[in-house]
Amino acid sequence: MRISADQGRCLGAGQCVLSAPDRFDQSELGLVEVLDPEVPEGDEQRFRDILDLCPSQALSLEA
Amino acid sequence: MTVLPEYPQARGCPFQPASGYADYAPVSKVRLYNGREVWAVTGHAEARQVLLDPVTYSSDRVHPHYPALAPRFESARKVRNFIGMDPPEHTVQRRMLLSSFTVKKTNALRPRIQALVDGLIDEIEAKGPVADLVPDFALPVPSIVICELLGVPYADHAFFEHQSRRVVTGSTTLEESADAFAQLKGYLDELIQRKQREPGDGLLDTLIAEQVETGGLTRAELVDIALLLLVAGHETTASAIALGVVTLLEHPDQLTALRSDARLLPTAVEELLRYMAIADGIARFATADADLAGHRVRAGDGIVVVIATANRDGEAFPSPAAFAVDRGARHHVSFGHGVHQCIGQNLARAEMEIALGTLFRRLPGLRLARDLADLPIKEAGGVQGVWELPVTW
Repeated sequence: MRISADQGRCLGAGQCVLSAPDRFDQSELGLVEVLDPEVPEGDEQRFRDILDLCPSQALSLEA
Repeated sequence: MTVLPEYPQARGCPFQPASGYADYAPVSKVRLYNGREVWAVTGHAEARQVLLDPVTYSSDRVHPHYPALAPRFESARKVRNFIGMDPPEHTVQRRMLLSSFTVKKTNALRPRIQALVDGLIDEIEAKGPVADLVPDFALPVPSIVICELLGVPYADHAFFEHQSRRVVTGSTTLEESADAFAQLKGYLDELIQRKQREPGDGLLDTLIAEQVETGGLTRAELVDIALLLLVAGHETTASAIALGVVTLLEHPDQLTALRSDARLLPTAVEELLRYMAIADGIARFATADADLAGHRVRAGDGIVVVIATANRDGEAFPSPAAFAVDRGARHHVSFGHGVHQCIGQNLARAEMEIALGTLFRRLPGLRLARDLADLPIKEAGGVQGVWELPVTW
């Protein structure tokens, strides 16, 4: 699975950066940037929970 | 005819939801101060459903269907900024501000917040007990921080803190809130005009240069945005710091756990946010017929999302009534959810972490100088918390 981010939906709450600073960052404009999209096998639920915190639903998991 | 329960209701304990709300779960009809019947959404999943759907559940507070939860919300209809707008209008304004509120930017403010907190505790220690932590600590920390961030002179703090308090207090009348909004607007308009002549280096100066001078915002629009950032930037966090002290002192086992492991500070703050629910409820109105927990909501119906009870929903939080500094749950709705989720939330987290962590480290004997039951609780329908916090150490 891979993390996909939609900057068009992002509203800069920063929940993803708080949850996994090794995976997410914010651009100069304050919009989400995925540093590493690969979700290791067995880690899917942890990332689903992180993605669920995004208030603008800008993140998704893709096969 | 049965009489509907009223919303809002006063808290009996400053960190516990009003006891009457427990009967509403997860969605039921309540009556507002003006007699209007609206839906109270008290379940966590239902709260998220409403807050994640700005198309069906509008935040447009100019619209007559937008419910006024207290008289001051009628006055707030004349203040137009992104908190009271729907996308796409909302999104344009919010995006102008995002770069100033990133996790990186707010973390960069931590050394300054730490110095500020240390200085205030020095003064408290020098003066000696008893101290009232509301004016001596909880209020100046976020007030100074938001002033420096925006470029508002802190020298004017007595004025804007007083007017902000009138804007966020549940018992404020229509006339008082209209006057407070007008005074804040007048002050900020003058400040922004002065900044247009003599630019400084705050966020307001950036917005003047990037937006007002280029036609992205009118000066009147910037005044209304500045009003939101200034008021929301200090009143809520001040309440959260003061009530955070009370909540920790009233849960000594949890305070001991936090003291024995400073790494728990971020999760402790998150649990305080969930538990205290400083913002009791959020208003919306339905733009179309919708189904909500089996109820048929009609277009035009008013909604109040009750944050205090959504955060205590056992389906979302095991043992929801327990205050546990190591809970590690961030899916509370204390900052709201959806596109309007608090833009300053990471600044609030930083301020709470540094203020509470430093206070309990430097004053290990800290305790209430008055019984919890005798602390004056803020009125229903406004930012929640305590008006005074006398402590000794």
